[in-house]
Amino acid sequence: MTHTRTATLVLGARPYGEAPLDVLITEGRIAAVGDAARAQAEQLHAEQPEGLRTLEAEGLIMLPGMVDLHTHLREPGREDAETVETGSRAAAKGGFTAVHAMANSSPVADSAGVVEQVHRLGRASGWTEVYPVGAVTVGLAGERLAELGAMAESSAQVRMFSDDGMCVHNPVLMRRALEYVKTVDGFIAQHAQEPMLTEGAQMNEGDVSAILGLPGWPAVAEESIIARDVLLAQHVGSRLHICHVSTAGSVEIIRWAKERGIDVTAEVTPHHLLLTDELVRGYDPVYKVNPPLRTSADVEALRAGLADGTIDIIGTDHAPHPTQAKECEWSAAAMGMTGLETALPVIIKTMIATGLMDWRRFAEVTSIMPARIYRHAHQGRPLEAGEPANLILIDPESTQVVDPAGHASKGRNSPFRGMELPGSVRATFLHGHPVVLDGELNTPLTHPTPETPAREVSA
Amino acid sequence: MRHLLSTADLSHTQALSILDTAEEMAAVSTREVKKLPTLRGRTVVNLFFEDSTRTRISFEAAAKRLSADVMNFSAKGSSVSKGESLKDTVQTLEAIGADAIVMRHWASGAAAQLAASDWTDCAVINAGDGTHEHPTQALLDALTLRRGWSAAQGQDPRGTDLTGMRVLIVGDILHSRVARSNIWLLRTLGADVGLVAPATLLPVGVEKWPVSVYYSLDEALGSGPEAGPDAIMMLRVQAERMGGAYFPTAAEYTRRWGLTDERLARLEAHRGAAGQTPMILHPGPMNRGVEISAAAADSPMNQVLDQVSHGVSVRMAVLHLLLSSSERNTA
Ligand SMILES: [Zn+2]
Repeated sequence: MTHTRTATLVLGARPYGEAPLDVLITEGRIAAVGDAARAQAEQLHAEQPEGLRTLEAEGLIMLPGMVDLHTHLREPGREDAETVETGSRAAAKGGFTAVHAMANSSPVADSAGVVEQVHRLGRASGWTEVYPVGAVTVGLAGERLAELGAMAESSAQVRMFSDDGMCVHNPVLMRRALEYVKTVDGFIAQHAQEPMLTEGAQMNEGDVSAILGLPGWPAVAEESIIARDVLLAQHVGSRLHICHVSTAGSVEIIRWAKERGIDVTAEVTPHHLLLTDELVRGYDPVYKVNPPLRTSADVEALRAGLADGTIDIIGTDHAPHPTQAKECEWSAAAMGMTGLETALPVIIKTMIATGLMDWRRFAEVTSIMPARIYRHAHQGRPLEAGEPANLILIDPESTQVVDPAGHASKGRNSPFRGMELPGSVRATFLHGHPVVLDGELNTPLTHPTPETPAREVSA
Repeated sequence: MRHLLSTADLSHTQALSILDTAEEMAAVSTREVKKLPTLRGRTVVNLFFEDSTRTRISFEAAAKRLSADVMNFSAKGSSVSKGESLKDTVQTLEAIGADAIVMRHWASGAAAQLAASDWTDCAVINAGDGTHEHPTQALLDALTLRRGWSAAQGQDPRGTDLTGMRVLIVGDILHSRVARSNIWLLRTLGADVGLVAPATLLPVGVEKWPVSVYYSLDEALGSGPEAGPDAIMMLRVQAERMGGAYFPTAAEYTRRWGLTDERLARLEAHRGAAGQTPMILHPGPMNRGVEISAAAADSPMNQVLDQVSHGVSVRMAVLHLLLSSSERNTA
């Protein structure tokens, strides 16, 4: 339980890719920045020489720890696919200091008991912060509201509710859910998929599905739900978050909604920023995902939407599956891709290397905005003295060939297998403790963090 | 050519090679001794995840005429959740010593996945995968069409293609693996292809396909004596599409897209460039009274029985070309 070294002096890292600075991290916070960091570190060193770790970080970029609002950790129920422990390790390695575990576990996280279990497991693992997402409806069945109040008041303090995997398609139920979460200061994250329009759907409906003879998942099935829900959110004055936006039309609708002042936020996955339905031509189920990979025109629109702020955040939709769930016929295969350990390089490739955004914007979409959507007080904070030290160091110049066998996640279903991607996470600090060093898992955080996360008071 | 997975990836040369070999095989079938020794000692497995007695028997007859050993493996309902995986099934067949796997599968792409996997070294022949392709059906249709087209021009069919031939494909294009395979192969062979269907049974994006699209069969049949197709292929209407979701009623379908007696009369009156009457094709089994009238089904213009015998010739050709050229790697 004792950490001999409790302070870290990071030398010469470039915050947000800007001018190099020294940063001193102690007691879970950024203690000092710049010349003050060195001075304080020297003082610490004099008092307790073995208590200070020095990290040469020349050429590395310092960013706030990434926050994923869309993670499937599979526990309880599918521990063969992932556990909170393995998923947390994957998160830390990928540069995430907080993840939000979707509710489609078994049993479904639709009660205080299940969300508290996931929350406890996350705290015990200590690699990243784990926040359970509560189900909107009992059993994700879309029929009646789950006990949102009980989950909100539980020790997990759930504020984000989603039936992800399923769409809350009943318009009356969706309206009530949007209204009800106002009473617990929460928000609804919608998996936008009109079920009747996507019965048996296997891939994006378009030129490729027509040739492959696979039932299509039309863009309109996503767009019609988003259009309905932004209007519902406006009508009842509630907060709505759209999961994994995948089409150009959805970007247009969200842009329109934001122009009208509707309180909607939106997310895009790394895979939807890079991959297209052309990859399905070989029928390799590693490319099967929901919503499906779309066209290059959609990819362009999603990138533009993320760059201009129409899309607020990156969500990985990390969805590990056991090998046999992908080693089968396309139609029988499970939907989903791993994403925690490839998110950063994919965003660099699609958004930074293309010049579409800078590192400030990178920090916004991966950390600041997701933390703000959840109203976390200690995630997504500025890289300034006094702030909580949830941060990462990345090497933007390195490249890696993706090898899922080396991933900390149990899932091997990475669609980026074999691709050469730019950038890598060198260190991840969770409450000032380096859970990742030199690009490898170090040790988990073992000293307790506050039982109930501090939260901003909502306006 | 190591596998036959789809007609989309068959070149003109490969397609002609299969059709010309099939003509040789057809000649064998008319001899007193119908067997060739080519594939003696080789094993062909018919792996059927979906019932299709017609297709299985056709492949079985083809393999036996080439003296291959044939095993039939029915694996209905196999999937991850229930029973054995495709991988395990195929590895079992591999261990038994199969040289070729003829696979019918309910899942689109299953044959392509098998060929791309390291589960087997067998030659893979797609005998119909989901709503994707059914390449040997298209090849037998092409053999049938080429015979008629070349005969009308007084030519030996061997070495010729279908340049200039006008072929209409009528019915459920969206869910038809037969249609997909036919469209790509007919285009490769130089035919002009017209699709005729209600908009609900055409895939999204069909306007980008190298075909003409008609919602009206009457329009597609043309009006003057110069217009009209050289062949018309009627697709079977599946019972599960008739519930009002894709078109209102079977009766409305027949009125608008069926080969009725009146439309048969128009076809009979039509003469192609060489004075020939159009050919009627159907992959079978026919729904008499729905997509095709009894008179059209029994018309001498209907090639359905020739299609069946051509099926054996084409499948012999495919097995011969895939298996006799390469020795099995027994390492
Ligand atoms: Zn989802």
